[in-house]
Amino acid sequence: MSEPILAVENLSKHFPLRSGLLHRVSGYVKAVDDVTFTVHPGEILGLVGESGSGKSTVAKTIVHLYGATSGRVRFKGRDVSQLDRQTARWYRREVQMVFQDPKSSLNPRRSVSSTLEDPLIIYRLARSRREREVIVRTLLQQVEMSSRYMYKHPSALSGGQRQRVAIARALAVNPSFLVLDEPTSALDVSVQAKLIGLFIRLQEELGLSYLFITHNLSLVRTIATRAAVMYVGKLYELGTVEHLFRYPVHPYTRTLIAAAPVITQAEERVKPTMMSKEGEIPSPVNPPSGCAFHPRCSGAHSRCSEDLPPVVEVAPGHLVRCWRAEELVDPSEGTETRVNSLVS
Amino acid sequence: MAERSLLLDIRDLQVQFRVYEGLSRVLDGVCLQVREAERVGLAGETGCGKTVTMKAAMGILKSPPAQFPTGEVVLAGKDVLKMSPSEILAMKGKTIAMIFQDPLSSLNPVFTVGQQMFDVIRYGHRRASGGRHPTRAKTKQTAIAALESVRLPDPERTLKMYPLELSGGMRQRALIAMALVNRPRLLVADEPGTALDVTIQAQILELLKALVRDAGIAVLIITHDLGVIREIAERVYIMYAGQVVETGPAAAILDAPQHPYAEGLVASVPRLTGEVLAHGIPGTIPDYTETPSGCRFHPRCDHRMDVCVQRKPLPVETSPGRHVSCHLFNGETRR
Amino acid sequence: MSFARHAVEEPADTRWAAFKDRFGRAWYKFGRNRISLAGGAMVLVFVFLASFAHFVTPYPHHAGAYTDFPNAFKPPSAAHWFGTDSLGADVLSRIIFGSQISFMLAGVVLGISVPIGVVLGLLAGYVGGKTETVIMRITDIFLSLPALLMALAICAAFTPSIDKAMLAVASIWWTWHCRLVHGITRSIKTEEFVQASRVLGASPLRIIFKDILPNCASPIIVKITLDAGFVILVGAGLSFLGLGAQPPTEDLGTMISIGSKYLPERWWMTVFPSLAIFAIILGFNLLGDGLRDALAVEEGV
Repeated sequence: MSEPILAVENLSKHFPLRSGLLHRVSGYVKAVDDVTFTVHPGEILGLVGESGSGKSTVAKTIVHLYGATSGRVRFKGRDVSQLDRQTARWYRREVQMVFQDPKSSLNPRRSVSSTLEDPLIIYRLARSRREREVIVRTLLQQVEMSSRYMYKHPSALSGGQRQRVAIARALAVNPSFLVLDEPTSALDVSVQAKLIGLFIRLQEELGLSYLFITHNLSLVRTIATRAAVMYVGKLYELGTVEHLFRYPVHPYTRTLIAAAPVITQAEERVKPTMMSKEGEIPSPVNPPSGCAFHPRCSGAHSRCSEDLPPVVEVAPGHLVRCWRAEELVDPSEGTETRVNSLVS
Repeated sequence: MAERSLLLDIRDLQVQFRVYEGLSRVLDGVCLQVREAERVGLAGETGCGKTVTMKAAMGILKSPPAQFPTGEVVLAGKDVLKMSPSEILAMKGKTIAMIFQDPLSSLNPVFTVGQQMFDVIRYGHRRASGGRHPTRAKTKQTAIAALESVRLPDPERTLKMYPLELSGGMRQRALIAMALVNRPRLLVADEPGTALDVTIQAQILELLKALVRDAGIAVLIITHDLGVIREIAERVYIMYAGQVVETGPAAAILDAPQHPYAEGLVASVPRLTGEVLAHGIPGTIPDYTETPSGCRFHPRCDHRMDVCVQRKPLPVETSPGRHVSCHLFNGETRR
Repeated sequence: MSFARHAVEEPADTRWAAFKDRFGRAWYKFGRNRISLAGGAMVLVFVFLASFAHFVTPYPHHAGAYTDFPNAFKPPSAAHWFGTDSLGADVLSRIIFGSQISFMLAGVVLGISVPIGVVLGLLAGYVGGKTETVIMRITDIFLSLPALLMALAICAAFTPSIDKAMLAVASIWWTWHCRLVHGITRSIKTEEFVQASRVLGASPLRIIFKDILPNCASPIIVKITLDAGFVILVGAGLSFLGLGAQPPTEDLGTMISIGSKYLPERWWMTVFPSLAIFAIILGFNLLGDGLRDALAVEEGV
């Protein structure tokens, strides 16, 4: 396997909670807790989870909107956990992000061309105003938008169009990696389909790699190469989408897939059995001990509430954090089950 | 099975609005029916007019700027469009109740759940009994029973809590309890569960199905999520640009849609089985101030024929209970 | 890969066309509200009258130091619509010239205090930390002191004159804009487009001036319009107390002050200047409300 383009190692992001008159730190929100994964060049890694899972925080920490509390991030081999001025300038041209909400990802007071010219000005990618204009038109063309919209403000654009502008903005610096934080969740299904088509086309044309964050499992199944499942700040399962969806191991993964709204009988048939009891998603302020899913897990035993299970490789490339991983793994997955304790 | 009586009957409804650009003709002859104890879905994407249809059914469309050139909205025998404000008020909560998309903004943050529930219960009781208030004990009893029916753990404690103290799922349950406590005949659910996480949404939809079955309430679910439709609706109306393009049993339509828009829509939904995703539907929704002639979908349709530009297609019954509004099914040659 | 090599030349809408469209929409929204249209018209009329006072007033020479004692205390008549004052000058003309002073006061005060307030607010809001604490605590202190009293104190400390009055009001007025902009900045800071700019590597200065400031523009404009009325009121209050423009300068507040000694028989000397102040402030308030609606950012699809 080739070298990963992005390697996240034991990444944690804890937000301090302040209370009392003097704003003393009373605790921590462990939004992201000891998360490790890699993305390989040309692949799409889907990061799935529900509220409080930490998936958005992971994204924002990777692009340095937040500083990591601990852990490492390596991009193209370089350590980018701390960014000095020079590394920052390089990193930001390599890794860009597309945000979720089309209503707020573009400045409502700036025209499309003003927004798109910003990166060109910051990195001096054009020599004159006219050249900037030309590049903006090209960017719009690349995201399949007519340059008639250049001087419009976001309020004149639909959600799908705004997201295209957001994508164009990210592409302006010519990155090699995009972090996509629920880029289509706020869009209608047919608009989403078009945009997904655009993402795939751009990936092929420009040789991009994606970290695709979403809560939509069917979407991950359709476009991602590999997927990782997060719950209350931790990663519980990771593998290729074929393996993850056909042979899900962790009870939470199974619950998640079983709960996914589907529209055809064929999809209903491939769903695993839900392994959960009725319950709420815990908040990362006070996560349950041990495996965070244990209060809702119908297969939990005493160890699950005491200790966090270590990561176990149940099949090549298929990693799970579950005390019952060996039992729960589907015997038809892979010819041989290698049990490797990688991280405890 | 005996034919259930008609609870909501929207007949050929047209709605338009006066806006900056001119006259926005949103709804163009919408027909929709909900029978007693039926679960009906109204599906469509943003801007298709489903919210306007819903608001018309509830009598909450402000009359300027809304105009109703033709059509009737008959709820439990009376035309909502012709009702006086006091009649509409009497209808709310008793005949028709609603749960909104975002449970957080539907609950008043400065009152406890209990206070809001008591309010609803007292109001309903007053109306039902001609002005008498229920006793405090009875109100509390009713509230607790309602919260229990939506499977909220520890209802007594929940009554004392403020909406912000509850999780999204719990808030949604509380809202459902409030909507159903006065036993409405029709529950309108606007995007139920959209603001919730997937596993929580699954629980809420299960709950809604059970409640509605036990209480014999009819449900009209308005959503853009076809998965929710499949989960909870018996019949569905698919709307596009202010017109109903296809209607019939939900499962049948989702498995094999007939109208080109419905086809494109269903094909755009990512599959858990991982098939390659279709590329959406070319084009965009029309501008309501300049709607296409004839069938409003024709500019985006691969199967467009001349007649589609000239005449608006009327619903044709392609199989029992299933109607499609498309010239392809008018006896013209199909593909 | 240089984008320029794959250039696409296409006829497109111009900046001007897009601007005209936005302006048209804003005008449409503004025009729908009859009352704010009235307010806007009032303000325009008053500003016009004040600007061209010399050509518009019936008795331009009555401004300033003018005495015509035989004509003093004449009630409203055809020759003098608002009557004459204690020195024989035409009240109407003096009111129009007086409004000049009021508008000038508003202009100077806001011209000084708004930029200061906005810049400090932006800094406090975006940079946060100690900068924010320091700036906002100072602002809080100033805000907890009543504007009029503060202006009084400052004026009284020096020989009263109109410039001192203007400086006094300006010195406390910046705090309102600072607080307004600080609040907006703090809430916009967390918006995704600001985050996107940060991810792009924009410098804080760029973010403050290109991302945040444009979003403050509308509330600032609305506030300036509403402020104008209030500043004029404070200015008139100061003059009324003798701390602003001094007689024989024809400031509205001074006129009311002098005229009040002759109430109730010679009512026109107080009533008309008061009505003028009222009308000016009303005009600004109505205009400000209308602008607030017209400039509100449209919610998209």
